[in-house]
Amino acid sequence: MRPDPGGCCCSRRPVRANSCVANGEVRNGYVRSSAAAAAASAGQVHHVTQNGGLYKRPFNEGFEETPMLVAVLTYVGYGVLTLFGYLRDFLRHWRIEKCHHATEREEQKDFVSLYQDFENFYTRNLYMRIRDNWNRPICSVPGARVDIMERQSHDYNWSFKYTGNVIKDVINMGSYNYLGFARNSGPCQEAAAKVLEEYGVGVCSTRQEIGNLDKHEELEKLVASFLGVEAAMAYGMGFATNSMNIPALVSKGCLILSDELNHASLVLGARLSGATIRVFKHNNMQSLEKLLKDAIVYGQPRTRRPWKKILILVEGIYSMEGSIVRLPEVIALKKKYKAYLYLDEAHSIGALGPTGRGVVDYFGLDPEDVDIMMGTFTKSFGASGGYIGGKKALIDYLRTHSHSAVYAASLSPPVAEQIITAMKCIMGQDGTTLGQECIQQLAENVRYFRRRLKSMGFIIYGNEDSPVVPLMLYMPAKIGAFGREMLKRNIGVVVVGFPATPIIESRARFCLSAAHTREMLDTALKEIGEVGDLLHLKYSRRRSVPLLDRPFDEMTYEETED
Amino acid sequence: MATVAEQWVLVEMVQALYEAPAYHLILEGILILWIIRLLFSKTYKLQERSDLTLKEKEELIEEWQPEPLVPPVSKDHPALNYNIVSGPPSHNIVVNGKECINFASFNFLGLLDNPRLKAAALASLKKYGVGTCGPRGFYGTFDVHLDLEDRLAKFMKTEEAIIYSYGFATIASAIPAYSKRGDIVFVDKAACFAIQKGLQASRSDIKLFNHNDMDDLERLLKEQEIEDQKNPRKARVTRRFIIVEGLYMNTGTVCPLPELVKLKYKYKARIFLEESLSFGVLGEHGRGVTEHFGINIDDIDLISANMENSLASIGGFCCGRSFVIDHQRLSGQGYCFSASLPPLLAAAAIEALNIMEENPGIFAVLKEKCKRIHKALQGLQQYVNRELPDVQAGFRKGRRTRDPIANIHWIIEKAREFQKKHLFLLY
Repeated sequence: MRPDPGGCCCSRRPVRANSCVANGEVRNGYVRSSAAAAAASAGQVHHVTQNGGLYKRPFNEGFEETPMLVAVLTYVGYGVLTLFGYLRDFLRHWRIEKCHHATEREEQKDFVSLYQDFENFYTRNLYMRIRDNWNRPICSVPGARVDIMERQSHDYNWSFKYTGNVIKDVINMGSYNYLGFARNSGPCQEAAAKVLEEYGVGVCSTRQEIGNLDKHEELEKLVASFLGVEAAMAYGMGFATNSMNIPALVSKGCLILSDELNHASLVLGARLSGATIRVFKHNNMQSLEKLLKDAIVYGQPRTRRPWKKILILVEGIYSMEGSIVRLPEVIALKKKYKAYLYLDEAHSIGALGPTGRGVVDYFGLDPEDVDIMMGTFTKSFGASGGYIGGKKALIDYLRTHSHSAVYAASLSPPVAEQIITAMKCIMGQDGTTLGQECIQQLAENVRYFRRRLKSMGFIIYGNEDSPVVPLMLYMPAKIGAFGREMLKRNIGVVVVGFPATPIIESRARFCLSAAHTREMLDTALKEIGEVGDLLHLKYSRRRSVPLLDRPFDEMTYEETED
Repeated sequence: MATVAEQWVLVEMVQALYEAPAYHLILEGILILWIIRLLFSKTYKLQERSDLTLKEKEELIEEWQPEPLVPPVSKDHPALNYNIVSGPPSHNIVVNGKECINFASFNFLGLLDNPRLKAAALASLKKYGVGTCGPRGFYGTFDVHLDLEDRLAKFMKTEEAIIYSYGFATIASAIPAYSKRGDIVFVDKAACFAIQKGLQASRSDIKLFNHNDMDDLERLLKEQEIEDQKNPRKARVTRRFIIVEGLYMNTGTVCPLPELVKLKYKYKARIFLEESLSFGVLGEHGRGVTEHFGINIDDIDLISANMENSLASIGGFCCGRSFVIDHQRLSGQGYCFSASLPPLLAAAAIEALNIMEENPGIFAVLKEKCKRIHKALQGLQQYVNRELPDVQAGFRKGRRTRDPIANIHWIIEKAREFQKKHLFLLY
């Protein structure tokens, strides 16, 4: 399959070496012959782009195929669990087994039941068994190391008791603390404490009434200069930013093209707006282009009237896959078809790019090309809230028409101060190079961690530069086992299964941080290797020879062996 | 044996061919030729689909012009330039450089600048930092959150409580968690915006009844009952909800809860009560409208409130029986998919609850002051009922806008104009 010169290349044949782009020219390693490629059914799918200048750096994203045996065993596992679930429900119904979950009041027994039985089948029978891997309460700052409160259950996770012990200094690979600003000491915390003393904690009003403090104005100017846009507006909750502003921008008669794997807040915002929603395959530019073409040519369904506006909803980093949006191509498409782009940088702001300005900075693009830049302050800034940045006309419109500005409370002042201090630190405006060091440390950590995990033989999804690292588990029993084994070894991880992911693709997700030192990563990798051997998690068929730890340049390439 | 049988059939056929009349053979021959022609002719669709050529498609793409992303906003739009508050938004507030008395915040108990709250929040800040860096499911649950949920449940005398990190998101996530497509919701016409968004997200059938009009609600419920009798199978799976507010944001009136509870048991509908403004205001101990009317709290299925008013913090909570509340831990969108409440805000809320429990006398004081202000404003009655300007904050009047709040602003301005001194004797 030859790469076509105009579009991006999606090579299905296992490519021996990473293609690198140098001045638009492609230097390929040796490519395998097609006979051998057909034989390797679990080949690595390397999306390598060579777009003659659209991408200034190689875009390496891989989603290795699920091995067939593993897929079959996963389905078998779920089948067995479902059968047992039916059996247990039967026993509970006939009172042979004790029923632990709460029941309806006696006086309301003849009301229509609040929940349908099958809705909660999954919760009762599958989720309950491994419930102790989630909602783990902590009692310290969520930095690189965290203290977890120990819980015990004597009735198979139906209820928990706190033993009073605290598991100390667990390596935290689950919190979204990309730049390490989750600290309880230091300049950010001191500034926030000062503002707390002066302003208090709450605001008790909305932006348009009497809740617009001078802190908010200061914050918005800073965010605008950070992103490189004309103006910005800050909101009290990241989720609410999406769900309350998308309805203000589009309405009935507009079209929303949303990525398959968009976050629940984007989906909710799109639904509440009343516009028509069409979904394109995850990060697939051909699918997006086809939808755009069809939308403009054929217009609205049935009436054939032209669409009022077309809005493309994408995220910077997709938190379940670890993939980065193909922004140069999306912008090229957007310009060609005159659509508007809404970029949700919840995970990528602060975490990508040489100066931490997000995915626009990472690709070296112009922030003016993105119409609406949205992001949250929760992940990289260690605070809470969301923002939207863009042209002044857009922000003026949002100031008057956003639902959040009229009906919802504004940001709390100490939280705003934390964001201001953190942002100044990243921009280098506080006079130190701490921000830049954190960004570089994060990038190094990401590269190192991903390379080591791949060399150990795990299947890792996502882009090589994304700080979100999903490690595939597949089988339902391994979800619980992985979470518990890692906690025994003093490492806190996040495991995710259905319904956040497709049913057979359950995974463990690591979130790297600039606060993780090399020793912590090494410890974690050692333990992950052990648990991987114990649980037979090293599914990958393509093991790469571990490389020296050199930064990427045109002369290095990876040798892959099978 | 088979070949003999075959031969025999063949002989029969040939004989029949010879014996058939000529016109029959010719007709059959023509039919066969026609069939062969149809089989090999080009297919065509009955309705000619307009298959555009590539060039035509490109032309259409060239021609299409979208609307501008946002319509232009005029410079003197009333909501464009916000009032800037310097310093804390407490009772004495500095707005746009001018010192004013604050009648506009929802700081009902005056806890916004309480030193105890600030101290508790400061202690939490020193221990936990500011943000939680994760949703509740992924290491975002702090012991402070569990404490606050416990305290709220105890305060409201319910089994369980659940905290959200934003007040608006509380009721807007709670409603779609229970009410789905096909369920029926009876809502007051003056319900606040957050409830409206929750209903829109739930895709249920919405039936509006006139504000605080129990007869209208009963009429709707009776109509629904008649519908149910026509289709009992469907009725057995359709859930019914009545959603009301304790103290309405848009009109400032209290809902008639005892009648509502009676209707609940008569027509088998569940009640969701939104107590954002009445929590910490009504009732002897500040427990809200259920305490105000003396109703058993278990009769209300779900009570939702936000902590941004009386508790002077940020966030919201829902409380009720475990049977009802526990469901939101997996299906409340604003709970599962959003970062948890910063611990310093939770600590401030706990301290505010402490204060409320320690001196329950403040609610009586608040009630007194409200009575005095209402009496004092009677003198301005003529101004209260005048028309508001049509465009207020970019929303048309009458579409559930913040009429009473705008009223107060407007009244204060008018009062200053006429120098009614007695407005400023309180606080």
